[in-house]
Amino acid sequence: MPDRKIRVLVAKPGLDGHDRGAKVVARALRDAGYEVIYTGIRQTPDMIAEAALQEDVDVVGLSILSGAHMALVPKVLESLQAAGMEDVIVLLGGIIPDEDIAKLNEMGVKGIFGPGTATQEIVGFIEAEMA
Amino acid sequence: MSSSRLNSVDGLVSALLAGNRRALARTISHIENNSDFARPLLAALYPRAGSAHILGITGAPGTGKSTLVNGLARAYRQRGLTVGIIAVDPTSPFSGGALLGDRVRMRDLAGDPGVFIRSMATRGSLGGLAQATADVVMTLDAAGFDRIVIETVGVGQSEVEIASTAHTTVVVEAPGLGDEVQAIKAGILEIADIFAVNKADRDGADRTVMALKMMLNLGAPEKHHVMHHGRLLPVEMPEHASDHVAWMPPIVKTIATQQQGIVELLDAVEAHRLYLAQSGDRQLREQLRAITSLRIILRDALLEQLLEDAGSKRINQVVQDVVTRQRDPYTAARQLIDHFCS
Repeated sequence: MPDRKIRVLVAKPGLDGHDRGAKVVARALRDAGYEVIYTGIRQTPDMIAEAALQEDVDVVGLSILSGAHMALVPKVLESLQAAGMEDVIVLLGGIIPDEDIAKLNEMGVKGIFGPGTATQEIVGFIEAEMA
Repeated sequence: MSSSRLNSVDGLVSALLAGNRRALARTISHIENNSDFARPLLAALYPRAGSAHILGITGAPGTGKSTLVNGLARAYRQRGLTVGIIAVDPTSPFSGGALLGDRVRMRDLAGDPGVFIRSMATRGSLGGLAQATADVVMTLDAAGFDRIVIETVGVGQSEVEIASTAHTTVVVEAPGLGDEVQAIKAGILEIADIFAVNKADRDGADRTVMALKMMLNLGAPEKHHVMHHGRLLPVEMPEHASDHVAWMPPIVKTIATQQQGIVELLDAVEAHRLYLAQSGDRQLREQLRAITSLRIILRDALLEQLLEDAGSKRINQVVQDVVTRQRDPYTAARQLIDHFCS
């Protein structure tokens, strides 16, 4: 019997070490029945793309609280593209000012979730994207 | 690279054999998901596998398995060997999801094309877990990795089984996790080819080593204790019939976070690899693996066939008979089998 599971990579690019949010989301996604690969903090864009490729994930969730998202996100997207992972759904969480959201969406980030987002909202978003 | 090539079995196989990592990752997913591609992929890759040496690393949570695997892989890379890693973590029985966090301790290996790490959840498959892991091992083997490391949480029979499908099983212990009785209870002494006592800089490391030595009767290597009329009697080890001596699991002290003892552990693994080859034990283990594998596959396939053949209506009737005690489950099963075979 086929037994397909949604696989999600949760990663923190850049240098900030605030991983509480990433861990909460990872836990919530596990409880939603997903297989969550957690890479931990201080990941380079290439490390994230490599892990996404090896783990053959459907979704990459990035958490950035340093304010460096406009520099880091394009690099992660580039690395994913270079790895042939352009089809993967990229989500972003953390402290993202409203004025950056449209630009990030344009770059290819599918969903952006700020502080206070109910974890169920993220699950609902993934379900809709995967459907 | 066009990814459409990876949408067929042939495309996946040729790309995988050519060293395409995306194809390898995809193939593993097909096998894990038991998709329509899984069987044809396995059939195509099986003849290409068989040359890798397979290590199983098991032990209680928190003993430092992932950090040890990270260290071992680095040491192997320094010797010019490629390494495939399968890190198995449990699936939550409540949600069916899993949090796979072993990569956190393996960040040193990032960016190295000679290393491939795959996290694997145990999922729910009844008894099929060891088989699923073996299939993923075989895939990495066919992809050409020299050493394949399976890391499992050493609690529960199935995890122990996975590790024991390896050629060399390393059981990781750490000081302060309970007395030697815990080790016996866990039932992992029997499967160990090598013991690693990790976190050896902590208090109690020597006691853990001692306890293991006692468990292994290593206290007096020239004497072998046998049970006779309920008493332990020391006897001289008889000269082995063949020209090789039986393998005695070595105990290696490591501090994985400081890369200490890693080379010694790797040397022990390689010594065991040589021992297996020279003693003929490797062939024996391969044979055992083939038997186990066939049995599991046959059991699952026959059960599926039988249930299909009997039909859900008949099965429900039989279940009902057993519930109402008109038939015992053994007789009921026998009747179903007889009907299936007729």
